[in-house]
Amino acid sequence: MALPVNLEIAKTHLLSRKKQSIVAMLGVTFGIAMFILMISFMKGVNQFLQDTMLSSTPDVRIFNDYKTDFSSSITSEYFKDSNQLTIVHHPKPKDISLNLKNAQQIISDLHQNPKVLAVSPVVTSQVFYNYGPVQLNGILKGVNILDEIRLFDLKSKIISGRLENLLTIDNGIVMGVGLAEKLHVVIGDMVTLATPSGTSMRLRVVGTYQIGIAAVDDVNSYVNISTVQQVLGKDKNYITAINVKMKDINYAHAEAFSFQKKYGYKAEDWEVTNASVEASNTVRDVLTIVVSATMLIVAGFGIYNIMNMLITNKMKDIAILKAQGFAQKDIVQIFLAQSITIGLLGALAGLLFGFLLSYGLSCVPFPAKGFVSLKTFPVIFEVKYYVFGILFGVITTLVAGFMPSLKASKIDPVAILRG
Amino acid sequence: MGEILKTIQLNKYFREIEEFHVIKNINMSINSGEFVCITGKSGCGKSTLLYLLSTMDNDYEGEVFINNTKVTGLTQNELAAFRNENIGFIFQFHFLLPEFTALQNVMMPALKLGKYSKEEIEERALAKLAQVQMKDYAHKLSGKLSGGQQQRVAVARALINEPKVIMADEPTGNLDSVNTGIVFDIFKDLAAKGNTIIAVTHDTDFAEKSDRIIEMKDGEII
Repeated sequence: MALPVNLEIAKTHLLSRKKQSIVAMLGVTFGIAMFILMISFMKGVNQFLQDTMLSSTPDVRIFNDYKTDFSSSITSEYFKDSNQLTIVHHPKPKDISLNLKNAQQIISDLHQNPKVLAVSPVVTSQVFYNYGPVQLNGILKGVNILDEIRLFDLKSKIISGRLENLLTIDNGIVMGVGLAEKLHVVIGDMVTLATPSGTSMRLRVVGTYQIGIAAVDDVNSYVNISTVQQVLGKDKNYITAINVKMKDINYAHAEAFSFQKKYGYKAEDWEVTNASVEASNTVRDVLTIVVSATMLIVAGFGIYNIMNMLITNKMKDIAILKAQGFAQKDIVQIFLAQSITIGLLGALAGLLFGFLLSYGLSCVPFPAKGFVSLKTFPVIFEVKYYVFGILFGVITTLVAGFMPSLKASKIDPVAILRG
Repeated sequence: MGEILKTIQLNKYFREIEEFHVIKNINMSINSGEFVCITGKSGCGKSTLLYLLSTMDNDYEGEVFINNTKVTGLTQNELAAFRNENIGFIFQFHFLLPEFTALQNVMMPALKLGKYSKEEIEERALAKLAQVQMKDYAHKLSGKLSGGQQQRVAVARALINEPKVIMADEPTGNLDSVNTGIVFDIFKDLAAKGNTIIAVTHDTDFAEKSDRIIEMKDGEII
């Protein structure tokens, strides 16, 4: 292949110092490989957490928030003189009903909304699960299981039994897998539930499910909405929350606001509910960028050093080239071509190496069962990170190589050649 | 034969420690085809003058014309292009690029000029190497050649672009007597073929064979 003379010189320089060129390249290779590995893994973790979180959080949840409202008081029953000012120290709140009073209207209104995909009414209650001597505190979620399935992909989360059994078996319960393990119950067992108000009820386990978040799987169970209404001693209109799935998840934030205004109850979107997950995503993103940038800058300094050393060694050659009529831009070209070659080859090797490392990591089983359940390390493969990688690599070496090359082009041949 | 090189009131100062007037009011003219030797004692400014004429050093007062072009005031890049085409330079120390073969070293200025195809340049370079009896070593790395051989390759390199002027700074200054003889014969041969040669030397035998001797003392021509 016939190269222009400047590139021919650059090639000869690189090949006559193979070891040095390879060391410089390896600096870039490791920098880029680590960048690829880190970003693929961190983004994989982010993606996994977001997916897990969305599998247990509705896009928008409409509920009756605790409000301690002391604007009206029974003192007015006793002190009727309007000229008197009554001050109550330390008032005690009266019983608050946490249900949505016009739930059926809200639900039918939501069904009309074109941005809403599915609606699922829920009645939740704190309960004690009793099985033999074991007593566990937890949450009971009464749902219309067919509506709930449209909101969350529950079917894929089922470990044993069937969700639909809730519809056919009287007083059935589908338990979180962690809860079932703690209680030591299997399908067909009867557990006793006690509510804070003192009532109790016997339910038959018809299935277990696993969302993947221990904090959910260890406390939650699904039953029919009527079962909860019954155990709480409430009527059929008693609904404590309405979960909504939007057609586009990105509308959730804006719509939650308008729901809140329209229905007069608190409406919370998934971003607010999972603010801590979002925050930790941001932390990981920043960490990835900082660490990767540091590694690339270190690689850049390596190249800068090697190029500087090379140019110091090659002062005489540069002077000879200039004496022969090579202009400043030719000298810059010769040396910049070398650092770009190092950068490009190093970055390409880095992409390959980074891919292999990420692929390797994605095959490693995730240790121990903890907060989340995972089979292997979460890693995502996205072309854009690889494009970033190669851009970073080339730009770093371009910057690192430019200064020494410029220095080389400024060498005064007379001073060198006359000695 | 017309005038190929002319200087008008050339002056140069070294300003490093204290000001030193190294080249004083040099007016000279060299005709095409002349073989001129500049001689003088060490420190008389003869090498400095040659570097001024070569366009590599452009920190001076006065004017230099080469081949009817005023080179004074050209930019570094213009000068580089001008040098490439019009001046062949031979140094006291051979100064080849050690990672390249003798042939590659000779071809380099021609590749930079880009007037001929690579195949033609290679052919010409081999012819120039033959002229200095180095054709057999064409594919040897120049770093592996002896001093005398390297100097002959350097001469071939200076000739590759058929320059208007060949300049040499002590071309035999660093060679043993055998190689001095060979290089000397090459110069005579070049002069006989009508090349314009300006050589700085303090070898009187060498100088006596030239058409004209310019003797310098304390920065002036005497």
